[in-house]
Amino acid sequence: MAEAITLKYEVSPDDFTRAGEASSDVKNKLKQLGFQPAVVRKVSIALYEGEINMVIHARGGVITVEVSPDFIRMELADVGPGIPDIELAMKEGYSTAPDEIRSLGFGAGMGLSNMKKYTDKMDIQTELGVGTTITMVVNVT
Amino acid sequence: MTLEDARRVLGARVLVGGERLDQEVGTVCGSDMMSDVLAFSKDHSILLTGLCNPQVIRTAEMLDIICIIFVRGKKPDDKTLEMAGDAGLVIMETGHRMFSACGMLYEAGLRGGAI
Ligand SMILES: Nc1ncnc2c1ncn2[C@@H]1O[C@H](COP(=O)(O)OP(=O)(O)OP(=O)(O)O)[C@@H](O)[C@H]1O
Ligand SMILES: [Mg+2]
Repeated sequence: MAEAITLKYEVSPDDFTRAGEASSDVKNKLKQLGFQPAVVRKVSIALYEGEINMVIHARGGVITVEVSPDFIRMELADVGPGIPDIELAMKEGYSTAPDEIRSLGFGAGMGLSNMKKYTDKMDIQTELGVGTTITMVVNVT
Repeated sequence: MTLEDARRVLGARVLVGGERLDQEVGTVCGSDMMSDVLAFSKDHSILLTGLCNPQVIRTAEMLDIICIIFVRGKKPDDKTLEMAGDAGLVIMETGHRMFSACGMLYEAGLRGGAI
C-alpha cells in the first residue's frame, strides 16, 4: 500500500455481544493489506482490549484507525465517566468492573497494561464526566 | 497432533469447521477468564473454556487461536456459532469438565507453552 487509509467505527454502548466487531474488521483489513502477522496480532489485541473497555466502562464511542505503510495509529474516543487515577488504572489487577462483567469473562484488570505491552506508544487523555481518548501506535518494521 | 487427534482424545463433538480438523495443534490454554487469555496467551492453538458467549469467539479470533473446545457440555447459540464459522474457527464440545479435559490432552502429549 502506498497511501494511508483511515477506518472509522461507531462502537455501540449497550450491546456487549457486538463488542469486538470493529477490531475484527480492522484485523481482516490489515491481513488483506498484507501486513505481517506479528503486526496484525499486536493491533488486534490492543484494539480489542480498548474496544471492550469502551463498552464495559464507558458508553461506547468512536474508533479511528489510521493505516499507513510505516505505522498503525488507533484512536479510541468515548464520552464515558473518565478515569480518576490513570496510574492506578494501569496497574495489573486493578479493576472497577462489577461481578456481572466478571461472569462474562472480563474485569481482571489486565486490559490497559496489555494495551501498553502490545503497542509502541500509548497515550491516555481523560477528564472526569467528559470522557477518555486513548491513542496507540504500532510501528511496522 | 492434529485437531482430529485432540477431538478423539476428548470424545468431543464438532460443532463448526469439521473440514478443518487436519490442522496441527501447538499449545493449549484453559480458562473461563477472557481477560487472562488475552493477557497471557502467546501462541496457543486451542482454547478450552466453560464460558459461552460471543466474546469467547472474538478473543480466540484476535489471538489467532484455531480451535475452541467448550467443556461441561456447554454449547453456544447459533448466532455465536455462525460468527465462529466466519472467523474460520473450529468449535467442539465435550462433556468432560475443565480439569479432566486439560488432563486428558496433557496426557496425550499436549502442553501449555511458555509462560
Ligand atoms: N474507557 C474507559 N473509561 C472509563 N474507565 C476506564 C476506561 N478504560 C478503563 N477504565 C478503568 O480502568 C480500569 C482498568 O482497566 P483494564 O482494562 O486494565 O481492566 P478491566 O477492563 O477492568 O479488566 P480486563 O481488561 O482485564 O477485562 C477499569 O476497571 C476502569 O475502572
Ligand atoms: Mg479492560
